Amino acid sequence: MGRYLIRRLLQAIPVLLGATLLIYAVVFALPGDPVASMFGEKRMDEDIVNIIREQYHLNDPFIVQYWHYISGVFQGNFGRTFAGVEVSEIIAGKFQVTLNLAFTALVMEAVIGVGLGLYAALRRGRAQDTLVLASTLVLISIPTLVTGFVLQLLLGVKLKQSTGIEIFPVAGVSDGLRSYLLPAFVLAGTSIAYLTRLTRTNLVETLRADYIRTAVAKGMPRRRVIGRHALRNALIPLVTYLGADLGTLMGGAVITETIFNLPGIGQELFRSVYERQQPVVVGIVTLLVLVYILANLIVDLLYAVLDPRIRYE
Amino acid sequence: MSDTTIPGTSGSPGTPRARHARHAKSPAQPARDPRSPKGPGPQDAKPAGLWSDAWHDLRRRPLFIASAVLICVILLMAAVPQLFTSVDPYDAAGCRLGDARQAPSSGHWFGTDSQGCDTFARTVYGTRVSLLVGLSATLVTTLVGGLLGLVAGFRGGWPDALLSRVAEIFFAVPSVLGALLILAVFRTGTMWTVMLALAMLAWPMTFRIMRAAVITAKGQDYVIAARALGASGGRLMFRHILPNSIASVIVVATVNLGVFIAAEAGLSFLGVGVQSPSISWGLMIADARPRFLEAASPLLFPAAFLSLTVLAFIMLGDAVRDALDPKLR
Repeated sequence: MGRYLIRRLLQAIPVLLGATLLIYAVVFALPGDPVASMFGEKRMDEDIVNIIREQYHLNDPFIVQYWHYISGVFQGNFGRTFAGVEVSEIIAGKFQVTLNLAFTALVMEAVIGVGLGLYAALRRGRAQDTLVLASTLVLISIPTLVTGFVLQLLLGVKLKQSTGIEIFPVAGVSDGLRSYLLPAFVLAGTSIAYLTRLTRTNLVETLRADYIRTAVAKGMPRRRVIGRHALRNALIPLVTYLGADLGTLMGGAVITETIFNLPGIGQELFRSVYERQQPVVVGIVTLLVLVYILANLIVDLLYAVLDPRIRYE
Repeated sequence: MSDTTIPGTSGSPGTPRARHARHAKSPAQPARDPRSPKGPGPQDAKPAGLWSDAWHDLRRRPLFIASAVLICVILLMAAVPQLFTSVDPYDAAGCRLGDARQAPSSGHWFGTDSQGCDTFARTVYGTRVSLLVGLSATLVTTLVGGLLGLVAGFRGGWPDALLSRVAEIFFAVPSVLGALLILAVFRTGTMWTVMLALAMLAWPMTFRIMRAAVITAKGQDYVIAARALGASGGRLMFRHILPNSIASVIVVATVNLGVFIAAEAGLSFLGVGVQSPSISWGLMIADARPRFLEAASPLLFPAAFLSLTVLAFIMLGDAVRDALDPKLR
């Protein structure tokens, strides 16, 4: 187990290095001079420009700049913006917002997706099953952009107008968990539908297995057959999907954040790209790559919990 | 399409490929089940391959017919939008500020937007950008991912290790944010830069699926037999392995099309995609957003078209997958 963990972490290093290098190269290629943009309309002072360029290693070749940056990251230092603010300070609060959003979405996805999938699988071929399948098809097809605005209008605005109570806030994060509910559902929409279908397919397959028939034949209660035998055996692909989805949700949150005005990393990245704040941009993407790698590692470790036959060598 | 699995009577004779074509299952299905290699089905006697079988099956599926009809209408709308509306939305003279934000009426079926332009005409003309981006990004993704996956799976060894690592790196980059970043490098977004950004981040998925399918196909008896008969590497790859492993890639491509169309709208909405004066559904949604609560129709109609288009392609992907992967029935 310990050796497996170390090997996996070592394997993650080239991915992390490659992905950050890729992002660094893209950001490096962004048009415009960041130092010049700091001065705005004012005339640039040669000396100050030179000091800043020296300080941020801007005169060094690309790969040297990258080296300075990545060795800082491995020491927990995400660098400073050109205005001298710590990047980690800027990101921390925004990251929390996106993380809250993505986790709320993930919980909704797991509960609704597995629940609906289970419901459909147990009623395979009947009207309820068809209804679930048809509605997931529709849910998959409606882009976040559309669900976001439609639900904001219907549940956020119209519902408030008709009942007089604000149940789902339409913007900002000032209402705690309540303000995340609607955006999280919008963000999770497509994933809920995929997970429902995945759960259904896997359960249908598992329910056909011999050990299920044996369990039923020996008189085991239905609840236990489904919970302990069928669901647990069908769980591995679902956990894999959920783990991979956390990164997707966090990376895809930018549209949801824009619609609902949530101050998350998507919006910050958007602004930083236009202000040429390279350290912020690379920092955000590096964090997301880390989340992706960690989530996948946790999923791999969960396999052994779900299926004791799996051992890590 | 069906000729891909007709046995080659010229060249290497006696290749038992056609008989095995039916066994080329989608590797997207997790290979956990040890019972999965199925015995010969009852229809094995007739020479129908996977493709003609699938086509036969598809034609009778209501899901396929519905999506095909919808896609035909959408394609027509993209090719000749003039058929659907007499208003030319690229002609600014057609917009009157005095008519801004009108509700749907007989004169303006979908109402008008903040500039007083006809929403219906703009929505119809917006189809072209969405479809072009979706189709071209799918084409590039499938070609690049598919070819690299074929090479990696077939060669193994260092090309496989190298390509897999590169794919892993691209896979780890979050897609929407990555696309946003790539698009920021090109100052002015066009259809082609959007296509490039989407394809750059999407090819690893196709690569993985193709690679897995090729590795499965490589170990099949018919490939070993062809190799024993002295078939060259290229022939093995393109005549024997490719036709038997392409099914799952086609399914992914169909679904990708819908995903790309949604992504283009998202990026254009964020302002990094297609730029005005081009007409795109994402742009229309972004334009209508500030006045959304007073006048919802300029936002809701392009949104509805967008959803219907994505739905059509996802439905098509669903039907094609069911037809190509009999195991899921």
